[in-house]
Amino acid sequence: MKRPAEKGSPIKRIREAGNRINRFLRRNADGQESAAREENPDHNAKHTPKEKRERRVSWMFLSPSVIGVSVFFVLPFFVVIYYSLIDNPVQHHFVGFSNYIKVAGNSAFLQAAGNTLKFSLVAVPLAVGLSLLLAVVMEQKLPWKSRFRSFFLSPMMVPTASVIMIWQILFHFNGLANVFLGHFGAGKIDWLKSAYAQVPIILLFLWKNLGYNMILFMAGLANIPRDQLEVARLESATEFQIFWLIKVRYLSSTILFVTIMSLINSFKVFREIYLMTGDYPYGTLYMMQHFMNNTFKSLDYQKLSAAAVMLAVFMVIVIGALFLTEDRFGRDLE
Amino acid sequence: MKESSMKESSGGGFFRRWLAGKDLTREDLPRKERPAGRFWTKNRVETARMVVRTLLAGFFAVLFLLPIILTVTNSLMTPQEISANYGMIFAKRNGVRVFISETVNLKFIPDIVSFGQYFKVLILSPEYLMKFWNSFIYVVPIVVFQLAVASLASYGFARYRGRVREVIFFAYIILMLMPYQVTLVPNYLVANWLHIMDTRWAIWLPGIFSPFAVYMLTKYMRRIPRSIYEAAEIDGAGEWQIFTQICLPNCRGGLASIAILLFIDYWNMVEQPLILLTNDQLHPLSVFLSRINADEISLAFAVAVIYMVLPMMVFLYGEEYLVEGIVYQGGIKE
Repeated sequence: MKRPAEKGSPIKRIREAGNRINRFLRRNADGQESAAREENPDHNAKHTPKEKRERRVSWMFLSPSVIGVSVFFVLPFFVVIYYSLIDNPVQHHFVGFSNYIKVAGNSAFLQAAGNTLKFSLVAVPLAVGLSLLLAVVMEQKLPWKSRFRSFFLSPMMVPTASVIMIWQILFHFNGLANVFLGHFGAGKIDWLKSAYAQVPIILLFLWKNLGYNMILFMAGLANIPRDQLEVARLESATEFQIFWLIKVRYLSSTILFVTIMSLINSFKVFREIYLMTGDYPYGTLYMMQHFMNNTFKSLDYQKLSAAAVMLAVFMVIVIGALFLTEDRFGRDLE
Repeated sequence: MKESSMKESSGGGFFRRWLAGKDLTREDLPRKERPAGRFWTKNRVETARMVVRTLLAGFFAVLFLLPIILTVTNSLMTPQEISANYGMIFAKRNGVRVFISETVNLKFIPDIVSFGQYFKVLILSPEYLMKFWNSFIYVVPIVVFQLAVASLASYGFARYRGRVREVIFFAYIILMLMPYQVTLVPNYLVANWLHIMDTRWAIWLPGIFSPFAVYMLTKYMRRIPRSIYEAAEIDGAGEWQIFTQICLPNCRGGLASIAILLFIDYWNMVEQPLILLTNDQLHPLSVFLSRINADEISLAFAVAVIYMVLPMMVFLYGEEYLVEGIVYQGGIKE
């Protein structure tokens, strides 16, 4: 499939990109159904009684969920946007973007955003790479394969709160990690209160998430057409070439999804940090959620709203960018 | 594969060729180590690679299982043994330093196997059981009712389609991808308006209407062939009958998978109770576990084990569903 010509106004190109996202979503969300839908492109035609009935039924089934989601998520989010634009909930003076500027200049916010970003930039590629390695190992001939799969998946089921004591034993100043490293002559590090504070958390994050990612990659690998691989082998391609040029390309949508999920999970790492270090962690462990929690405590709605809106916009941009990247790389595989 | 490797049997180092997955011949070994006969037969190479893979997988498996095993064995130790092993680490927690051993002492097998901790947790101190009950009472209604709301909504999305519904479904996906830092602010506002702050409803309601199950189930339902519905329609089944007797039974596997994923997620929750519940009495076990102080640390291990028994049971009986659910989430299996 060739890319459409890159001409026309920017608006047109944005619309095109939007269509591509739509196509991608539809491909992912409903597979065969989109074809059925395109059979009837005449959306503006008068609806037959049958169509009217179908629409009514459809909305009846949808209503509990749509009402609930609107009440608990969507409508209050509009209020959040409104709050982020006024000076205080009593006077309701419209102040433009000054709340955003205030939050963006807030040192605690910057620290939290920086730490969260730093953590994600290290943890997400590691989570994707290592789980891909595990999946590739698991894909080949291996004894006790299903046993191994269960072992790798089990950390996902263990509540974080259950293993924090073990992590504390490992990474305390007098803990096991230091005893172990001491054998190689390394000095003692107070892991959770030093520049290395993110290391134990990254390990905990990987421990919990690798199995989940591995399952996704295993499913992706199993979906690669066998004949492609056989042809490559007949053409005497090396395993290395097969991996990079065929498998990784076919996995591109899986890699996208695993990256998105890892990113989202890396935003949730507050949970691990909170359980291990409480309300006031070491500086480099001060995450976005810590900032939000503290702001909740002071009930500063304006700060809270502006921060939430900024995060939402950031997430939409990141996820959109990932989708577009995947679309560009994975397009010719259909 | 055979021909190609014979064609190129010379050239390239041993390691490179091994990585490339070629059959190794005796020429591949350094001259010094080259055996007299053809030692690296195809079978031997295959075995050698399998051993390497098994070792790699085994190494990861040990790393993954160690924290779980340690938690279990520690829960069987007497308080004296725990403080002798980890005295340095947990003694610091409430400010009192009790020097028992300089460094941490890792032990896998307890000196005396004692179930005293469990006896204390389960019978003598009801507060732990209270928190366990809290965790339970949050999770079960959320899983049950989110599935109920979602199965209705998914039927609405999957059975008939329209442009507006398509847009709403896309909005659900975006909402699903938002981190807690964003969604908790609207949740907090609504809880405030409805005066359900500090009650269980503040956790239940946003949980029940969370869009995750809708997204998953819709994908699942869209794979049910349309002809099944049409056949039922011709036989004179009403919409509700089609839903309960055709659609839902076909989704049994999907419902189980989603229930497991939801269960893990809410069993492990920390962020929501911290913000929506200021009353400690209502906190689930996850938050409570991190607050257990040093002199009760041996109890903490027992509580941790009790806390992970339920998810582990779910895992034991539902691993296939869990894997299926993860794969569905990835949208790989279309």
